[in-house]
Formats: sequence, structure tokens, C-alpha cells
Amino acid sequence: MIVASPKSITELKNLISRHEKVLFAGCGTCVTVCLAGGEREVGLASYAVRMARKLEGHPVEIVQTTIERQCENEFIKDLAELAADVDAIVSFGCGVGVQAIAERFPKLPVYAGLNTDFMGLLEEQAVWTEKCLGCGDCVLGQFGGICPVTRCAKRLLNGPCGGSVEDHCEVDLDRPCAWQLIYTRLKNIDQLDRLDEIVPPKDWSTSWHSGARKVVRKEHRV
Amino acid sequence: MTTEMTPSAEKTVVNNTDWEPEIIAFCCNYCAYAAADLAGSKRMQYPTNVRIIHAPCTGKIEMEHILEAFLKGVDGILVAGCLEGGCHFMEGNLRARKRTDRIREMLAEIGLGQERLRMVNLSAAEAPTFVKSVQDMVNTVRSLGPSPLRDSRPLESEGTL
Repeated sequence: MIVASPKSITELKNLISRHEKVLFAGCGTCVTVCLAGGEREVGLASYAVRMARKLEGHPVEIVQTTIERQCENEFIKDLAELAADVDAIVSFGCGVGVQAIAERFPKLPVYAGLNTDFMGLLEEQAVWTEKCLGCGDCVLGQFGGICPVTRCAKRLLNGPCGGSVEDHCEVDLDRPCAWQLIYTRLKNIDQLDRLDEIVPPKDWSTSWHSGARKVVRKEHRV
Repeated sequence: MTTEMTPSAEKTVVNNTDWEPEIIAFCCNYCAYAAADLAGSKRMQYPTNVRIIHAPCTGKIEMEHILEAFLKGVDGILVAGCLEGGCHFMEGNLRARKRTDRIREMLAEIGLGQERLRMVNLSAAEAPTFVKSVQDMVNTVRSLGPSPLRDSRPLESEGTL
């Protein structure tokens, strides 16, 4: 799931300072689950911005809606009617949603209402942790299902750095040492021998570093 | 949520202005609402500025209810719930505390002032505590002045609250 966090009220207010009528568009998928950009969060942000603008003596009219998914054109169509009557859109989707809406409405300013954080997992109520970097060359099979690329601060592929403190990372003591987790996991599944293999340098060409990536699956093309 | 309003009170003139704070008190059925009732039975006087909204539990009060009231120009809001550990629904009052704390942060950031929202905890037997909470809230709001979000005309006559 994509995890995002709401922008501050001040930032939201400044984003739309030049507009009089704005559409706040929530997304019903990932950001609803991570309590950042669903119907309720859009409502709260709308109240806050309307109050802030009214206090400045420059009231703003805000129209609210939440669509099923902002990262698919099929669902973005549902915004068309409301978008026809506003000066700008604030998307409460992840960065993908914001850009998808901006492409769909080329003549309207589209702003991001959230900061998109990472791909992560809900650990407990209102706590999310990053699990995948989207490197495009998954190595989870070698490491017992625990990703050293994402969860080790140093991205080490051949064993721990030696700096962990009581099973926790020396970079952030709140974070478990990925290599401790990998060792324990491999031991539990009786695959400790995997640690004897030397892992060659990773191929980063599939990662983001050479720019935005594209996936084409020929068998599904029409 | 069931809402019940106290009868409209006649407004009095204070300090040569016709402004009187308009306060909403969201009262939990199991404590503050009963405490307010008890205060009435005991003929205890408390400011007539407060409009009581009867809630089944403070945990049922959504953040939207509070923000909507502030947006419409109410001067202050009191959320009155059970003593911590004494919620009829286990933790409704603890959730309400987190929500009111968050809204107080929002009000501070917006510039309305976090003092306009307050949460208190009391039991059904504590009529004097209820009366004191209302008096304190009215005094606080009176010192802050009318809500800058308030329109010039009185709210009740507009039928917006």
C-alpha cells in the first residue's frame, strides 16, 4: 500500500491562495486506508482551510468529493462534472493520483494535498513502516523474505555492518536491524546456508536512478 | 446523535456591548448530561451562554461536528466526558481526548486559538464541577472575544445552529 501524510493546513491554504472555488478530491484506495486522503480527511482539511481563509477575510468555496481510485482514468472521469465548475483541484491522492488528474484536466491547476511517503505496511493502528523500495529487481527470495535494500539503512547485501545495538539499527534505534531479522528468519526456515553465498553487486539499472520507469506487458496489450 | 437544546436564553448587555459568548457543550449521557441535570435540580446557577448537546458518549462526537460549529461562528466548545477509566463504552472519552487535542492543534494553526475548545472529565455526581467548567469556559471565551468566524448577526436568529 502507498502511505502518505497530510500537508499542514498552512501549506494547503497557501497552495490555493489565488483561487476562489476549489475542488478537494480524495482517493478511496491506499490513502483512505492510511487515513490521509479519504473522504473523512478531505472533509477535515476542507473545514480547516475554509476557516483559515475566512479568518484572512478571503473566503474560499470548497467542493469535496472522493473517487474510488485516482490512479486510473476510468475513475477520474467521475471528477469531470465537478471540475468543470472550479478554479483548481487539490488532489488528496498519492503523487500518482495528482499527476493522473493533472493529465486529465490540462487546463486546470492541480495541487497535491498530501506528501506521499512510501510503500509500506500497517504495523498497528496508525503506524506504518516502509517495506519496499520498488527497485525493480527483487532479491527477497535470497534473504528469507526480508528486504535488505529497503530495511537496512546501508543497503548491505552481504551481512550486517556490525553497528547494530540490541538487534536495532545504529542509524535509528527504533528500527529493527534488517540483518538480524534476516538471520533469525533464515534460521527458522532452515536456510542459513544462503548466507554463505556471496551476493554480487546489485543491478541498479532497473531502479529509479535512471529516471521514471515504464512497464509494458505485451501479452496483455490490445 | 440525539441533540437537545436548552431553551433560548435572553441575552444580557455586558460592558456596553450586546455580545455574549455562545458556547456549545457536548455532554456525555452518562456523566456531564446527568451532572448538568443535577445542577438544575439543585438550583445551581450557571451561565446561560451554554447550549447543551446531548451525546451518547464523547467518543461519538466526530471532529467534523466540532469544526462545523466553529466554522459557523460559535465562540467556544466544551466537550464534557466521563472520568478517565470510567467510560461506559470503555474508551470513548479517551478517543474524544485525542480528537479534541488534534482539533486544538488545528485551531492554533488556523489562528482561531486553541483555548476556544476544551475537554473536561467529570462524573454524573459532580454538578459543581460541571458548573465550574461552564463558568471557566465562559470566562475564557469572554476574555478572547467573539469568534472572528462569527457573522455579525446573532447565530440563533439565523437558525444556523
